[in-house]
Amino acid sequence: MAETYTFDAKDLAEIEKLTAKYPEKQAAVLPVLWYAQDKFGHSDPAVQKLVSETLGVPEAHIRGVVSFYTQFYDKPMGKNVLDVCTCLSCQVCGGYDMLHYIEEKLGIKAGETTPDGQFSLQSVECLGACGYAPMLQVTNDKFVNHLTREKVDKLIEDLKAGNKPEFESNPMPQHEKGS
Amino acid sequence: MSNNWKSYKPLLIPAIPDLHEISVYEKNNGYQALKKILKDRKTWSPANVVNEVKTANIRGRGGAGFNAGLKWSFMPEPDGEPRYLACNGDESEPGTFKDRKIFEFNPHQFIEGAIIAAYAMHVEVIYVYIRGEYRPFVQKLQKAIDQAYDKGYLGKKILGSDFSVEMHTHMGAGAYICGEESSLMESLEGKRGYPRVKPPFPAQRGLWGRPTTINNIETLANVPLVMNHGSDWYLEIGPSTHPGPVLYGISGHVNRPGVYEYPAGMNIMTLINEVAGGVRGGKKLKALIPGGSSTPPLRADMLEGVTMDADSLREAGSMMGTAGMVVLDEDTDIVELVWRISHFYDHESCGQCTPCREGTGWLEKTLRKMKDGNGEMRDLDLLLAICYRMEGRTICALADAAAWPVRYSIDRFRDEFEKKCKKTVYAVA
Ligand SMILES: Cc1cc2nc3c(=O)[nH]c(=O)nc-3n(C[C@H](O)[C@H](O)[C@H](O)COP(=O)(O)O)c2cc1C
Ligand code: SF4
Ligand code: FES
Repeated sequence: MAETYTFDAKDLAEIEKLTAKYPEKQAAVLPVLWYAQDKFGHSDPAVQKLVSETLGVPEAHIRGVVSFYTQFYDKPMGKNVLDVCTCLSCQVCGGYDMLHYIEEKLGIKAGETTPDGQFSLQSVECLGACGYAPMLQVTNDKFVNHLTREKVDKLIEDLKAGNKPEFESNPMPQHEKGS
Repeated sequence: MSNNWKSYKPLLIPAIPDLHEISVYEKNNGYQALKKILKDRKTWSPANVVNEVKTANIRGRGGAGFNAGLKWSFMPEPDGEPRYLACNGDESEPGTFKDRKIFEFNPHQFIEGAIIAAYAMHVEVIYVYIRGEYRPFVQKLQKAIDQAYDKGYLGKKILGSDFSVEMHTHMGAGAYICGEESSLMESLEGKRGYPRVKPPFPAQRGLWGRPTTINNIETLANVPLVMNHGSDWYLEIGPSTHPGPVLYGISGHVNRPGVYEYPAGMNIMTLINEVAGGVRGGKKLKALIPGGSSTPPLRADMLEGVTMDADSLREAGSMMGTAGMVVLDEDTDIVELVWRISHFYDHESCGQCTPCREGTGWLEKTLRKMKDGNGEMRDLDLLLAICYRMEGRTICALADAAAWPVRYSIDRFRDEFEKKCKKTVYAVA
């Protein structure tokens, strides 16, 4: 399969801007990995090689970074990655129920990908939305809060149809009381 | 201040529509503190700004509660080489979800605070480290930063002065440990987030070996308040030993979870029952984790009269942490809960120190066994022995953060642990 990946001129111009933020190139490893993962969908060894060559940072260093940070995917994932929080506040507000419901619905366990490549499912640590539990994050981007079975059903239908969730704002309850 | 909270008007995140837009922020006294300083640099020399902030005693909102101005004063004299401010928006301590409110609703107050901090410490480059899971919030902050550049509050020769400062966002990628300040710097340098051995402290050798200060986002959002109104005014808000407004993130079993802003030192039962609408479903309160997963849980009967500030919480047997309050009702299975907390720390330990790497793993395994009904009484002693071997023996405080919830839960909810354990009888032959 050994796919090769490349950055075009526009990519390289963007990467130039990212590296300009720091006094040395190595500091741009995380932002450039993010840039690459956004473009290619993952950070597998071939992508790591590309980042290594682009920045002039050893491949072993890039590999170490990718393995350290959970949001970098060292292999291709499903088209949509569902990260269900099961940590502290979500745990006590039904996070595991939601995880198990999605497992059942998709016919896979946490850590697996559906055979059609549509969905990967993961049980993850606190995402910083504890007051809006239970919740999940879609492919390192938007949060979907206050999960119910109905909300999960709709989300999965939407994602199958190619519609990504919108940003959900959670206002300060204090502001709503009309102060 | 028993009932004053009802008339309290938020200062960190006021209820003003579209305050995240720079024009709205400016109309509401925004960037006035920065202007005041740059207009009268005799009165507001960097050293005087440091002193004013130190007097105000803004206690770090990232967890440790250290006086921000005092921390700034540790920066050495400028030598013409680069110095840095790293703003900590990693916000990964379970139960904590407050800094994102600043990014979304009042980013300019944080930006203004960070610029003033940079001025006070002769810093010319600011990095804002934000957890990778907060991508939409990074985008919101970036928009605000762009606006501040356009208006001349950031960049070269700010407001016509000879003071220049750049501000860059830097997105993490999923690692709790990167909230620890030295790990954060490693991550900013493009490496794995292994915490550094201290000393040297960041003010001596920080980013790229240069003097660096790390402050939490909420801490910095307090700075314009102090510079606009003075430290005397600030010290009047909440207890003088722990003054100022606090973003309380309330989650778990309450009717109205969310982030609320009130003075420090709020009565805990008032926060749970009146502010957050009480325990949901009419259930009884069992326990509270007052400031994120690492702060020792308090039983309901330990909460009488306790307030959300460092002194009161220490006396009660816990800590302020991040003021991320997790409310637990009577049906909560404490053993399951503590197991899940241990699972978190086991997953997040960077693995550098043996007591932490091995200890978090053993805590997790032993508690898992216990919550599955396969524990034995002697496992309780084993858990405590593991905690003892972890505390204070590692490079960073993650090991302590992992041990405390276990140690104090066993101490405070022992019967619940014992109920899950098999009563093994050892026959003496
Ligand atoms: C394991 C660990 C995780 C931490 N995570 C965070 C965090 O997510 N955000 C934060 O502001 N501080 C965090 N801290 C505290 C920082 O090390 C540092 O004390 C703080 O950012 C300083 O800012 P402050 O003085 O304004 O609070 C963490 C500390 C430890 C030991
Ligand atoms: S205490 Fe744990 S997280 Fe901190 S440096 Fe040591 S191994 Fe890493
Ligand atoms: S515990 Fe789930 S978002 Fe914090």
